[in-house]
Parts: sequence; structure tokens; C-alpha cells
Amino acid sequence: MIPGRFEYHAATDVDDAVRLLAEHGADGKLLAGGHSLLPMMKLRFAEPAHIIDINGIADLRGIREEGDTLVIGPMTTESAIIDSGLLQRRCPVLPEAARLIADPQVRNRGTIGGDALHGDPGNDHPAVLMALDAEFVIHGRKGERREPVNGFYVGPYLTALDDGELVTAIRIPTPAAGHGYAYAKFKRKTGDYATAATCCLLEMDGDTCRRVRLTLTNVGPTPLRASEAEDLLTGAEPTAERIEQAAQAAMSICNPAADLRGSPEYKTHMAGEMTRRAIRTALERARGG
Amino acid sequence: MAKHAITLNINGQDMDVAVDSRELLIHTLRDRLRLTGAHIGCETSHCGACTVDIDGASVKSCTVLAVQAQGADIRTVEGLAGAEGLHPIQEGFFQEHGLQCGFCTPGMLIRAWRLLQDNPNPSEEEIRQGMAGNLCRCTGYQNIIRAVQHASEKMQSGETAAAE
Ligand SMILES: Cc1cc2nc3c(=O)[nH]c(=O)nc-3n(C[C@H](O)[C@H](O)[C@H](O)COP(=O)(O)OP(=O)(O)OC[C@H]3O[C@@H](n4cnc5c(N)ncnc54)[C@H](O)[C@@H]3O)c2cc1C
Ligand code: FES
Ligand code: FES
Repeated sequence: MIPGRFEYHAATDVDDAVRLLAEHGADGKLLAGGHSLLPMMKLRFAEPAHIIDINGIADLRGIREEGDTLVIGPMTTESAIIDSGLLQRRCPVLPEAARLIADPQVRNRGTIGGDALHGDPGNDHPAVLMALDAEFVIHGRKGERREPVNGFYVGPYLTALDDGELVTAIRIPTPAAGHGYAYAKFKRKTGDYATAATCCLLEMDGDTCRRVRLTLTNVGPTPLRASEAEDLLTGAEPTAERIEQAAQAAMSICNPAADLRGSPEYKTHMAGEMTRRAIRTALERARGG
Repeated sequence: MAKHAITLNINGQDMDVAVDSRELLIHTLRDRLRLTGAHIGCETSHCGACTVDIDGASVKSCTVLAVQAQGADIRTVEGLAGAEGLHPIQEGFFQEHGLQCGFCTPGMLIRAWRLLQDNPNPSEEEIRQGMAGNLCRCTGYQNIIRAVQHASEKMQSGETAAAE
């Protein structure tokens, strides 16, 4: 299996990448880690005539803190996310989710940007970034714009990104100190995409939930935000009964497709179970457990 | 479409080669450079048979364009054994029966080598996680874990001996 013919371009900086994208329009495709794009090209699901490799742009890598914002370069690999002391301290849900993606070799190449922008509902970062209220910094011919991750996913492989645009940074408001977090992912084996997964971020005020975020992976055409489940928990004590109500609310928005991982009913059931687990784990961690 | 002239440093030796844009690194290694240690198992980035080390990290070479490796330091299984004989990792696989047909073995060996460079004394759990990107259809994983443990012990005692 070898990809079809294409012209290879190595972009030297962001302006160069924007210029190459503008030149090749819909025929051009950015190459990040290549671990979603190259497999698709081998299978001829994608046949771009021009590949624009952004691996040589050093500015697109790295993780830093800017005031109360965490700024992550889209070309930061999953392995670098896992190894980041800064993220382990400030935003541990990201390393937790990255550890559940694929396997060590794939994580050495696969990037957070490629994962978040591929648009596969099976990818794990989109739901996590939605729960974190992250935003994408986007560069195109018309300059820079910012777009919240919530609302960015339109359908399978369909995002609010236009041809000719590239994401140059992911900005995350630093979660409150002492927040609870969990990414609960159910998968059949190492290296598999989620049968269902839930991200939970929460802040407690004594026994009351001050703020909750719940998002779901791979149980719909896009990642889902479980707003009703969030409302059920916000401002309330997260008793077992309320957690169950939230899990039911999360299940009610699931609309998964049947595939080798199971029937829609089974996947929806697992989304409920992942939601229970994510909330319980996040709660324990918020309470210092 | 133009070929790309690239230089790869493979197992310490510079090699010049001309590659097509769409050429995958595994094919450059096997077909152009005749380094046939790394195998092609699944071609879909799952099995790890094609694993090589690029600039200090394990990579599945069926999912990297050769042109992307321009200037890279690459280590393949051919670079493991030295003048003194088998590398402790190779010896471990042979002592602990970590292989049967041997198809997955080159990928296993070079991945285990990187794992032990990064973490010379891994726990069993760390070995299982570290080797999770390499599949074997014959042996089962128990003996492979033991092989890595064997190599870890041998490499550490070797280091202490050298340090004394
Ligand atoms: C065996 C295997 C198992 C996997 N399991 C999982 C899993 O469990 N969970 C999971 O989430 N993923 C999984 N993946 C996917 C893997 O994480 C991919 O690497 C990732 O989805 C894409 O990242 P990439 O850097 O490889 O991007 P690429 O494949 O290079 O690019 C993907 C898409 O994003 C676009 N893109 C990349 N960067 C930018 C940018 N800066 N701006 C705009 N567009 C951009 C590209 O043009 C392309 O369309 C798996 C992959 C493999 C091979
Ligand atoms: S041949 Fe590359 S991972 Fe299987
Ligand atoms: S020894 Fe045969 S596949 Fe592993």
C-alpha cells in the first residue's frame, strides 16, 4: 500500500505554509504526524495532489504558559503531551487522554493538532479540548482568527476550518487549581479508538459542584457536549442519584453508528458507564483523592 | 515528478538515496538500501514489524515518507549486534524464547532497545506498555517480556562492570 502520486513541499515557516496552501487550494493538504492522513492516502480515501509538510516549523511545537492560558503548538506530539510536567501540574486531563491514544510509536509521531483537526469522531482530543473550553488560533490568507473548539465540529471529517487555513496554536484557559478531571475511555484493545469515552472536568465548592464540563467521544457524528447532564450537576451536590441522572442525560444525546465495536445500544450503554466513571473519578480527584 | 535526493545516517553510516515523494521509508530501507531487517506486516501502522528508531524515537516506518527522514539518524535492527556478538536484547529473545517464526522480531528488538535506552530498569507493567505497539502472532507476550527483562538485567550489570 503506497499513497497515490503527489508533490511534496516542506514549509519553512507559517507564512510559507499559508502561501503554499493558498497556491494549491483544495488540492493541498497539510501533513502533521501523518498517522491519520498517510493511512487514508494509502487506502485512496484521500488523494491530495500537494502535501505541505509542517514538521519543519519549530514555532508550531511546544507547550507554554501565558498568564492564565496554556498555549500548545499543534505539532506537539502525544508523547510530548504525556511527558510535559507543566501539563501534569496544570491540566492533567490532557496527558491522561494522550496515554490512551494508540501506542508508543504512533504517539511519537501523532500530534495534538492533527488529532484535533482530522475531524474523525473517533479521535480523543476534540472532546477533551471541548471540555477545556479551548480555542484554535487559525492563520490564513486573511490573517489570524480564533475559533472556540465548542461548535467547531460540524460533521464527520467536517470542521469550521477552511481550505487554505492552518491552526498555529491551541489556547486553553488554565483550569482552576484543585479541579477534578477524568478521561474515561472504553476500548477493545491497545491502539483502538474508543467504543465510547467521556471527559469530565469539575470544580467543587465544599459539597457543591460549582462548574462541570462533560463531553463524549465516538458516540455521534461529532464529539458531543452533554449540556443537560452538566446542568443537572451544576450547583448541586453530586449524589449517586444525580450522577445517575447525568449519565442518563448523556446517553440521551448519543447517536452512534453500528460498526465492529458494537451496536448503537451497546455503545450508548458504554457512554453512560464511561460518564459515571468519569464523574466519580473527577469528584474523587477534586476532593483530593 | 521530481525525485528527492536525501541523506540518511543509518546505523552510523551516511547513505545517499533518491526517493519519490510518495515513497514510504520502509520501502527505501528494504528495496533501495537492502536493509531488510525491518519487516512489512500490516502496512496500516498497527503491527510494529516495520519499527525503526528515528532521531531517538521509535517510529513505524510504513507511515513516514522517506523524504521526511532527510538528515535523520536512523537505527535499524542491523545496527544492534556488535563485533563482540549479539546485543543483550537479541540474546534475551533467544534465551527466553521470545520468538518463533521471527517475523515480528526485528521490530520488537529495535523497540525494546529504545525502551531500555529511555528506561534502563522498567517494571513489567512499563514493558507491557512500552511494547504495546508491536504485535506477535506466534509467541504470546510472556516470553517477550522476559526477554526484555533479561536484556535489562544484562545491560545494567554490564554497565556496572564497565564503571568499576
Ligand atoms: C494504529 C493507530 C491507532 C490510533 N488510535 C487512536 C486513538 O485511539 N485515538 C485517537 O484520537 N487517535 C488515534 N489514532 C490517530 C492518531 O492519533 C493520529 O496521529 C492523529 O489522529 C492525527 O494526527 P497526526 O499528527 O498524525 O495528523 P495527520 O495525519 O498528519 O493529519 C490529520 C489531518 O489534520 C490536518 N492537520 C494537521 N495539522 C494541522 C494544522 N496545524 N492545521 C490544520 N490542519 C491540520 C491534516 O491536513 C490532516 O487532514 C490512531 C492512529 C493509528 C495509526
Ligand atoms: S507494517 Fe508498519 S506497522 Fe505494520
Ligand atoms: S514470532 Fe512470529 S509473529 Fe512474532
